[in-house]
Amino acid sequence: MSDHEYTPSSKFGKWFNDRLPLLTLANHLTDYPTPKNLNYWWTFGGILTFCLITQIVTGLVLAMHYIAHADMAFSSVEHIMRDVNYGWLLRYVHANGASMFFLAVYIHIFRSLFYGSYKSPREIIWILGIIIYLLMMAAAFMGYVLPWGQMSFWGATVITNLFSAIPLVGESITTWLWGGYSVDNPTLTRFFTLHYLIPFLILGLVVLHIWALHVPGNNNPVGIDIKKPSKDTVPFHPYIVIKDAFALLMFCIIFAMFVFYQPNILGHADNYIEADPLVTPAHIVPEWYLLPFYAILRSVPDKLMGVVAMLSAILILAALPWLDTSKVRSAVFRPLFRQFYWILVADVLILGYVGAMPAEGLYLLIARVATAYYFAHFLIILPVLGWKEKTTPLPLSITEPVLGGSPNLAAARSDEKIEKTIK
Amino acid sequence: MRKLKNIFFVLIFSVIVLNSSNSAEKSPPFLQTKWTFKGLFGKFDRASLQRGYQVYTEVCASCHSMKYLTYRNLAEKGGPEFSEAEAKAIAASFEVTDGPDSTGEMFVRPAKLSDKFVMPYANEQEAKAANGGAYPPDMSVLVKARKGGADYIYSLLLGYSEPPEGVELDDGVYYNKYMYGNKIKMPAPLSDDLIEYTDGTKATAEQMSKDVTNFLMWSAEPHLEQRHKTGFRVIAYLIILTVLVYFTMKKIWSRVEPKV
Repeated sequence: MSDHEYTPSSKFGKWFNDRLPLLTLANHLTDYPTPKNLNYWWTFGGILTFCLITQIVTGLVLAMHYIAHADMAFSSVEHIMRDVNYGWLLRYVHANGASMFFLAVYIHIFRSLFYGSYKSPREIIWILGIIIYLLMMAAAFMGYVLPWGQMSFWGATVITNLFSAIPLVGESITTWLWGGYSVDNPTLTRFFTLHYLIPFLILGLVVLHIWALHVPGNNNPVGIDIKKPSKDTVPFHPYIVIKDAFALLMFCIIFAMFVFYQPNILGHADNYIEADPLVTPAHIVPEWYLLPFYAILRSVPDKLMGVVAMLSAILILAALPWLDTSKVRSAVFRPLFRQFYWILVADVLILGYVGAMPAEGLYLLIARVATAYYFAHFLIILPVLGWKEKTTPLPLSITEPVLGGSPNLAAARSDEKIEKTIK
Repeated sequence: MRKLKNIFFVLIFSVIVLNSSNSAEKSPPFLQTKWTFKGLFGKFDRASLQRGYQVYTEVCASCHSMKYLTYRNLAEKGGPEFSEAEAKAIAASFEVTDGPDSTGEMFVRPAKLSDKFVMPYANEQEAKAANGGAYPPDMSVLVKARKGGADYIYSLLLGYSEPPEGVELDDGVYYNKYMYGNKIKMPAPLSDDLIEYTDGTKATAEQMSKDVTNFLMWSAEPHLEQRHKTGFRVIAYLIILTVLVYFTMKKIWSRVEPKV
């Protein structure tokens, strides 16, 4: 590996690097061999890093002006919107930034699902990603509570009430979470503290996520192992840096359109009404990015089982590397999986749609079918597909589109030898 | 494969269409009027904002507060842009309780630019008691707090009519076809020539509704003009930068052979 051979050119650099190998790290990040066939779906890792930093920076400044108190939170947000210099910009970037963050993370996750990036040897990267995603949901939910509007208050009430479904200790846990007997000032202040903490936990996990990625290196659209560095790879800088920058700028244009021209379209009008514990809104709906899970929660008639189903829907993803029994990573070479993949995408979108609708009649029926299918995809379809599906032949490398490869490079090479001997 | 993708997109499209037709069923489509604040370069109609303030202060303000607004806002850029003298005169026409003074007494003085809009009622309870149990909502961010925004407010103000056959209304309840559930406790607030505009515009109900809605849109989104202006610059800058980065990327990647 080139990492170990690196020596700084200057004397001071060498002295410093022997004591703290930051320059080696910088060199590793610059030279990091990356598959050259990565498509634009691979740019979302960088975009997500940008989203996280944007949220932390805007959040930090907002926290300087925000007051976490049930009587003052709503008016402090209005103070930010009206009187703080560029407060409106900070808040709209932060609020829409959360949505853009989730948009990017969903694309990132579905890219991984399509190209089998969660499979060996990348299971730990995948599981770290799931933990990050869970923390993101927690942070987003608590962040939505902070403006102390009607949806904040009632959303918090609905979600924290879920814990009361736990047998025996449920009620006590809910009271403990609230810091009282209902969602009130103590709930708001602790949510604010946690909302401030979680992004830094995410940041730490992101470092681990990238570290774990740099051990086996990136997966790629073909999904085969590649030799690094080789003709199949390019150094991270400047090739991937410039490509990520281009994709990030495109993303920022869409982001800016929301911030400057439709800043409230992704929010709910009711959240501009100050929280009132005596008035329940007609429909309590979470933010769009939580809707599929909300639909799963409501599709189960029993409260406890609903909560279990909702949590399982997320946690099942952590078991995915072992549920998917196929040795072939990329869906490009899996004709059947490819179809089921798109059905899953549609299924999740349908769940999101019915999650926004009242849980009754046809909507409830659709939600139930879609929930059942969601679990069937992971628990039945994926394991069976791995055994039954006839995959199309893999190329040997990215640059040599020779058939007869395997996801395992050593195996691919030996296949090649066998083929030669047969000839 | 392509077939499946097509089915997929048709599905999404039909869901969107179903959704929009579904929500349209619940209430009649909003009345249409041209808002100057919409669009890429949307700006407020200054004269309309000033008239809107007049409608607010002469009609709405007897019940509805605007607690997040300050008299200085009336003279600020991007708003009604009254002159500072005019804003001071407006403020001075209201009285606020201040204090305690050096002797420990509270006292009443004319409002200053730095004071918040004076509220019609001392508290929520008094407001409810004076309005048959219904609380007239604070109007500072009302436009953003209602689905449909400005169009909804405008339609609601003009949406009063006699109840259709079979709809029974209690005392102090009125029929409005845009209101959620069609029942509203606010009597029709505007009628032709209810007020006399200082700029001589004819005060029709439509005109007043439009002016006051403009005013409420501004009060909910006081930095809208700056937002649009900044937004255009930001997006233009990003597009230029994106194009430059695109060509840089092409140039850098041209070194990589063979193309993949």
